[in-house]
Amino acid sequence: MKKISKRPESLKPVPFRFCAGCGHGLLHKFIAEIIDELGIREKTIGFAPVGCAVFAYDYFNFDVIESAHGRPPAVATAIKRLLPDRLVFTYQGDGDLAAIGTAEIIHAAARGENFSVIFVNNATYGMTGGQMAPTTLLGQKTTTTTKGRDKRMTGYPIKISEMLATLEGPSFICRTSLDSPKNVINTKKAIKKAFQYQLDKKGFSLVEVLSPCPTDWWMSPQEALPWMKKNMIPAFPLGVIKDKWEVGNGK
Amino acid sequence: MEKKLINKKVLMKGNEALAEAAIQAGCRFYAGYPITPQNEVPEYMSQRMPEVKGIFIQAESELAAINMIFGASATGARAMTSSSSPGISLKQEGISYLAGAELPAVIVNVQRGGPGLGNISGSQADYFQAVKGGGHGDYKLLVYAPWNLQELWDLTMKAFDKADEYRIPVMILIDGILGQMMEPLVQTSYKQPKLPKKEWALTGCAGREPNVIKSLYMGEGELEKRNYKLKEKYDRMKDTEVMYDSLYIDDSELIVTAFGIAARIASSAVKKLRKEGRKVGLFRPITLFPFPEKEIEHICKGNRRFLTIEMNMGQMVEDVRLSVNGKAEVDFYGRPGGGTMTPEELYDVIKKYM
Repeated sequence: MKKISKRPESLKPVPFRFCAGCGHGLLHKFIAEIIDELGIREKTIGFAPVGCAVFAYDYFNFDVIESAHGRPPAVATAIKRLLPDRLVFTYQGDGDLAAIGTAEIIHAAARGENFSVIFVNNATYGMTGGQMAPTTLLGQKTTTTTKGRDKRMTGYPIKISEMLATLEGPSFICRTSLDSPKNVINTKKAIKKAFQYQLDKKGFSLVEVLSPCPTDWWMSPQEALPWMKKNMIPAFPLGVIKDKWEVGNGK
Repeated sequence: MEKKLINKKVLMKGNEALAEAAIQAGCRFYAGYPITPQNEVPEYMSQRMPEVKGIFIQAESELAAINMIFGASATGARAMTSSSSPGISLKQEGISYLAGAELPAVIVNVQRGGPGLGNISGSQADYFQAVKGGGHGDYKLLVYAPWNLQELWDLTMKAFDKADEYRIPVMILIDGILGQMMEPLVQTSYKQPKLPKKEWALTGCAGREPNVIKSLYMGEGELEKRNYKLKEKYDRMKDTEVMYDSLYIDDSELIVTAFGIAARIASSAVKKLRKEGRKVGLFRPITLFPFPEKEIEHICKGNRRFLTIEMNMGQMVEDVRLSVNGKAEVDFYGRPGGGTMTPEELYDVIKKYM
């Protein structure tokens, strides 16, 4: 019998402890598969972010650094500058990247630092129990916006990828989603492209991934995917937002 | 270009001296953010680092700078950041993480007056912040408080060795006066002692199991165990790393205790009083943590009294009182808010307490 799928070497043989329907497991698997495909497991330094994905160091079978909330782009800047031939990627949630760490991500992008960012946007603070995130949709109920996010009180969700794309520094910025098989495949392709850009020394790359959090959306996993398609994708349009190296692929 | 130094005597500014000493000690990563009175450090580093194939980054904030140090140190590089009081407050988050993750680093605080934005005069008001924690959690920094540029040069080099030896952040606590002043110093060459290999560093896991740098310990009892591990290091430092200096202690009736620039100003007054036959001495802690508590306890005998002089409202004096442990009277004289005392002023103050 032909083996068509197996656990990537870049993932340790331990079960994920994520909630049912969570996007982190898929993303971890993709990252591990891509690193295997590129043959760079022994040259990779990944990040364990503050939030549900903090246990990345239990799952990834390569060097991992855990950093303070919001600060991975500063930490990664130093690591990549000192070890320019390694693959360095941060993995950050929306609270991490688009709230407490806005300064760090903007300036790392502006400097065009040659590392990659996996930005997991699930429109909520997962680990702390579902508070309003900078990417929470208008009208979305969270534990700190129990009547739904009201723009008069809390303003508007931040489209961080579009913001970063206004800078000269970034090389590749793309938004994908985990709501359908097609978008899942595109997500993996985009992450691989981001990593390849880094290896080719093309500069800063970021893939924003819309990811389900059924637990803090108070839904079943089955309900979460159509909800994403109906509500999240219109607010956060998918596609390549910036690609410095591909002519005519600016939009 | 690597400048090899052969005990050259030079006239240098404090901030530049500490930056060059760091380069000589093998510091190859510096990140900082402008703040007076330490701006000469990033300015100097921006020119020198490229010459030695090191990395200089002007960070977007002190938060980013200390986290760049976190990343740099994790790769095994010798890394330093510097700032002044308000900026050091911002760095406290990162300092706590460095301590928690057991990463070596050197942090320089060229203190200015506080609280808040304060002013830009030299001050010693960050003693508590440096010595008693500053950031969250149970941790300690090794804190050096030099009083002249020669000592600043020597201790900056030593700071990198001790940071690596113990896997801890080390702080060099000076003030705006020492940072800005120029005086001669001998640029002694750096000799690295034998240090453990950085097998924990993140370099990619070629030929070994993956390494993890972290400060999160969620398992039952894990963090408690971790804290005891850190305590064991701090206890070891208390046994072996205490540094102090003293003048005319033996027959003194009054012992002035002071650190850094305040001790230097006080020493002029003490010397003058000695010439007049007054039985006064000076005791100067060079490490503020570990504090020379046993040494102070040891000199605490007879009817001896202590007078602690600081450029703050009374911070180190608490540690002097703890060391004396009720066995002697301890008085305090201080100038807060960037106020600097003159030798003449301290001559009068000390005389009053005799």
